[in-house]
Amino acid sequence: MQADTYTVAPARRPLTSVMHEWVTTVDHKQLGIMYIIASCGFLVLGGMEALLMRLQLWAPEMDLVSPDTFNQLFTMHGTTMIFFVVMPVEAGMANYFVPLMIGARDMAFPRLNAFGFWMFLFGGFLLYFSYFGAMGLYGAGSAPDIGWYAYAPLTSPAFSRGNSTDYWLLGTMLSGVGSVSFAVNMIATIITMRAPGMRLSTMPLFGWMILVTSGLILFAFPPFTAAEIMMLFDRHLGAHFFDTQAGGDGLLWQHLFWFFGHPEVYILALPAFGIISEVIPVFSRKVIFGYATMVMATVGIGFISMGVWAHHMFTVGMSDTIDLLFSGATFLVAVPTGIKMFNWTATLYGGRLRMTVPMLFALGFLALFLIGGLTGIMLAVVPMDWQLSDSYFLIAHFHFVAFGGILFGIMAGYYYWYPKAVGRMMNRKLGLWHFWLQFIGFNLTFVPMHFSGVLGMPRRVYTFEAGYGMEIWNQLSTIGAVVTGISLAIFVVNLIYSYFRGREAGDDPWNAWTLEWATTSPPPAYNFEEIPTVKSRRPLWDLKHPDDPDWKHE
Amino acid sequence: MNAPGASPNQLTAAQAHAAETGETLFADSKKLGMACFLCSESAFFITLLVAYALYLGKDTVGPTPAEALSMPLVIVNTVMLLSSSGTIMLAMKHYRDGRYGQFRVFLAITILLGAAFVIGTAFEWKDLIEAKHLTISRNLFGTTFYTLVGFHAAHVTIGLILMSILLGIQTAGHLSKESPAAELISWYWHFVDGVWVVVFTLVYLIGR
Repeated sequence: MQADTYTVAPARRPLTSVMHEWVTTVDHKQLGIMYIIASCGFLVLGGMEALLMRLQLWAPEMDLVSPDTFNQLFTMHGTTMIFFVVMPVEAGMANYFVPLMIGARDMAFPRLNAFGFWMFLFGGFLLYFSYFGAMGLYGAGSAPDIGWYAYAPLTSPAFSRGNSTDYWLLGTMLSGVGSVSFAVNMIATIITMRAPGMRLSTMPLFGWMILVTSGLILFAFPPFTAAEIMMLFDRHLGAHFFDTQAGGDGLLWQHLFWFFGHPEVYILALPAFGIISEVIPVFSRKVIFGYATMVMATVGIGFISMGVWAHHMFTVGMSDTIDLLFSGATFLVAVPTGIKMFNWTATLYGGRLRMTVPMLFALGFLALFLIGGLTGIMLAVVPMDWQLSDSYFLIAHFHFVAFGGILFGIMAGYYYWYPKAVGRMMNRKLGLWHFWLQFIGFNLTFVPMHFSGVLGMPRRVYTFEAGYGMEIWNQLSTIGAVVTGISLAIFVVNLIYSYFRGREAGDDPWNAWTLEWATTSPPPAYNFEEIPTVKSRRPLWDLKHPDDPDWKHE
Repeated sequence: MNAPGASPNQLTAAQAHAAETGETLFADSKKLGMACFLCSESAFFITLLVAYALYLGKDTVGPTPAEALSMPLVIVNTVMLLSSSGTIMLAMKHYRDGRYGQFRVFLAITILLGAAFVIGTAFEWKDLIEAKHLTISRNLFGTTFYTLVGFHAAHVTIGLILMSILLGIQTAGHLSKESPAAELISWYWHFVDGVWVVVFTLVYLIGR
């Protein structure tokens, strides 16, 4: 099974030949790894930006960075983390593991898959090229400074001279094209290429979450692309979409952006939910509680999340009716999400828990995502939102979702699947240091933001005044950010260290149940020598326990 | 797509699976992929249509749609584009029945009708720009009109390129009988025509 170039040969070949193979590859596993490595690079950039902002906010009236630079930092941080860290790392994991989990030899469209990756990567390069190339003919601005949701008229030619905004628009647009091709590919793969016997109702939950995520991408990204094209036309052809003086309306951008932006939250969250739904059962030694309700909740989230976007806009001054509608819809989306939380908890209940590093991250996810969800419900109350929107309370809320929830879920995925992709275990000792420092650092950063936010500290302002009781909260946040930074450095060290020195993993180190563990670690280019036949949701359990297979009970 | 990694076994597995589970609706991944792509395309066009509808009558300066848009040319255009949907349907019917000569004839007619539509649009725009002084930067109507109609025309043009390539490959005998390419391109063409029905209704019937 080892006798192919992908698994054994690379060490002996010249570098150019190896590079050529990676650049021209259409293999879903290699593309998955490239997605993940690229996202690590962007994570370092986005993390540095966050750290710089926190250092600037260490004390009142500091001038470590200028106000202009601060505007660029929060814009680049948000854009990088959403489009170029979380999207690609999840796309990478989906690319690598969905075909393996459903027993396929590759994705439905391998070349389209490569196209999607390169679109994402060059989109990211284009965004960061703005630091060098955005001076443009006007000599103004270097990086975009418009915030990650780029509200008009900040983006109009009058207020955003130079080309930094154009780099932002084109970079995110390109990566969006990549995301749509990823989604098309995933849907086609999941629907048409499952192993014989694997029905949609016996597919691993990670596959379901990726399927629904892909559906959301199909309908959420094109409106964003259209809005970005309108913006480009406004900036370069003299169009008037968002030009109030000519009858246009900046509010249209807000609606179009959030029509993408809110589903995007679930596009980021659902794959993490999928990872959690794989990790928790394996390390509780129980089947997932309520598989069918889990699927229904996922599909429910998919639909409802398309209809809640204007809850980002309560402070804009829409009518009471619209506020009421979107507030109600937002409460509604908490129901399927709550169902998931209960299902995961019920899976833990009575299980034989194994406190491995991926399990710790999954438990961290449960705790932190719960808090993020609850503050989300607080912000769905319109008067509450009027008070707290655009304050650090909001920052705390969505970082509990995006970092405490999504990134902890992704980390669980890293530690869970690394042995499969590399063939070696990630170091447990470094993993424990990583988990606890990240857990403590995260809470130290973002719990105090709830307080500084309630006290009235606005987001996106480069400094604050002394004497309003904000100092202590900001200092705690900054210390937390440094601790988080250290934890992520340990993570990167662990990734590299374990690649060379990790313990040999074997095919199935976790005694897991899904098909990716049925092949070698790392899998050969063709994944499975023989396409497996599936009879239940835990095909590998059936193989290991022919006396008591799952399909007799399902 | 016969890229490396897609071994013949893969197809057998998918087919065996389809036979076993009775899921024949989208047993072909390429058709499903195209359907997904067209869904995302419709989300794109709906956004442009919403922007057009939202800004109707909000202009601060003229010309308004009623002043600028003239019907005769666009009606001829519409008839040509809609009948091209019919001709490609006939082409596909011949293709499925293995009458490739007639397939090529009807595909060529479709390309001609589509090209006539694009040329017609060019004449319409020439008139709008030169006689009516309507440009993309003139007013909100110009902004939304050229964006919406322009993106549709761009899609028609892409369709023409695809059909020309298809015609060339088929004539040269390089198109295998199992390839769904012809059918997928015909789907795309029907989609582009369908979008035009909505654009025509909104821009020339409701909005004028």
